[in-house]
Amino acid sequence: MGKTKQEKTATQKPSENKKGEVVIHIKGVKKSFGEREILKNITLDVKRGENVVVLGRSGSGKSVTIQCVVGKLVPDEGELTVFGEDVASMNERELKELRTRIGFLFQGAALYDSMTVRENMEFPLTRVLKIRDRHEIDKRVEDVLESVGLGDAIDKMPSDLSGGMRKRAGLARTLIVNPEIMLYDEPTTGLDPMTSREISKLILDMQKKYKTTSIIITHDMDCARITADRVVIMHEGEYIAEGSFDELKNSNDELICSFF
Amino acid sequence: MADQAIPGWRKWLEESGDQVVFLKGFFRNLFRGGFEWSEFVRQCYEIGYKSFGLVGITAFIMGLVLALQLRPTLVDFGAESMLPRTLAVSIIREIGPVITAIICAGKIASGIGAELGSMKVTEQIDAMDISGANPMQYLVVTRVLATTFMVPLLALLGDVIGLIGGYIAINIQNSVSGMLYFHKCVGAIGFSDFLPAFIKTIFFGFAIGFIGCYKGYNSNRGTESVGLSANSAVVAASLWIFVIDAIVVQISNILLY
Repeated sequence: MGKTKQEKTATQKPSENKKGEVVIHIKGVKKSFGEREILKNITLDVKRGENVVVLGRSGSGKSVTIQCVVGKLVPDEGELTVFGEDVASMNERELKELRTRIGFLFQGAALYDSMTVRENMEFPLTRVLKIRDRHEIDKRVEDVLESVGLGDAIDKMPSDLSGGMRKRAGLARTLIVNPEIMLYDEPTTGLDPMTSREISKLILDMQKKYKTTSIIITHDMDCARITADRVVIMHEGEYIAEGSFDELKNSNDELICSFF
Repeated sequence: MADQAIPGWRKWLEESGDQVVFLKGFFRNLFRGGFEWSEFVRQCYEIGYKSFGLVGITAFIMGLVLALQLRPTLVDFGAESMLPRTLAVSIIREIGPVITAIICAGKIASGIGAELGSMKVTEQIDAMDISGANPMQYLVVTRVLATTFMVPLLALLGDVIGLIGGYIAINIQNSVSGMLYFHKCVGAIGFSDFLPAFIKTIFFGFAIGFIGCYKGYNSNRGTESVGLSANSAVVAASLWIFVIDAIVVQISNILLY
């Protein structure tokens, strides 16, 4: 039996010679809700295998940016391509195919309350990748839960998990389909400093293990320091600075320093 | 502020338009393939089996009270023997289906509205959508079909239990054999009594599931909206039950009498 088209797409990892290729290209993107302009002329390129952290205050438009990347919101103006394809012009089927290649970790992990951790993991395998082989499903679920340190919680309900465990489970559910791009929406919000650090290190470990390209939206400096290859600072709907964590931290600009 | 400036009629029109789009989405996903059988069976159990006790108790009391209330009037007219027939026609045609549907609107539509509303607030629906799965097919199609399938069955059970309640009420004051009572009941009910009543319960079930799903799926962000979704689902579903009842009765009167 050959693999389905979606399965093939999700399991094909980028070859090494593609490293450096731009996978997310954002140019001059604007987005408003009514009178309120949220994104004002955003420009950003994310290369394959890169971890880009977007720092910014609440309401500065960070989450709107990644929602545009995944096609949940459509920009009013500008150019936004993922894997070279224009997201805004995709039809429903194309968007669904794109989303099988992108993982999105929500702020609250968004675990399905009515399902156990195992069923949460199985959901994208059976519904998105359409895998029917029980042995393969069990193996993938056990492997991904072991890799995030949740092997013992496999039959627990989400309500029985702590905040950190929920984040780990959410991350595992996203990684189980082997996405090429990972989008993290404030992955450490609401966690104590020690757990936040653990999650940040886990993000970095998973990025190395699964060779993903990531955009991490956060205002947690520890998370940015641990995970970032490159940091972009967002202020009032615009990117105002870009560089490594240390470069920006040691900047002389008063506004940039206020973020650290 | 901007929301307050929109006139009520425009909001109503906009919501009606949204409901038509949601209905279109439901039918498109219904015939798309990849039906979620396991979730459908689970919903049938949650919606049907778990509502059985409540529907049964309510129907039993309604049958009992109706018999107790009807008896003095029929005795005044010397028509006490008509009691089983009157009870049967009232329960099968109107009271059984409508009371069952109202109970289901309160229990099921609010449950679905609150469940999907809380899934929306906690981004679970967005997570399904963004992962490439189909939340309409998994959450909406299964629930609407489960209510469409289970509410008629619950109404049938409600009818039978209501008639049993009536039989017990009659036997409080008189002694009537069970065989005679049910013979008279069944004899009083014709095809034209049963079929329109059964058909309307299918529409009731659809309306309960559809409105519950629509309200929950389209709830706003914030925990307050979960309560609002549940509440508005009950109100709208109850209202639709009476509207559907009126329409089906009119149509069946034209076609059958």
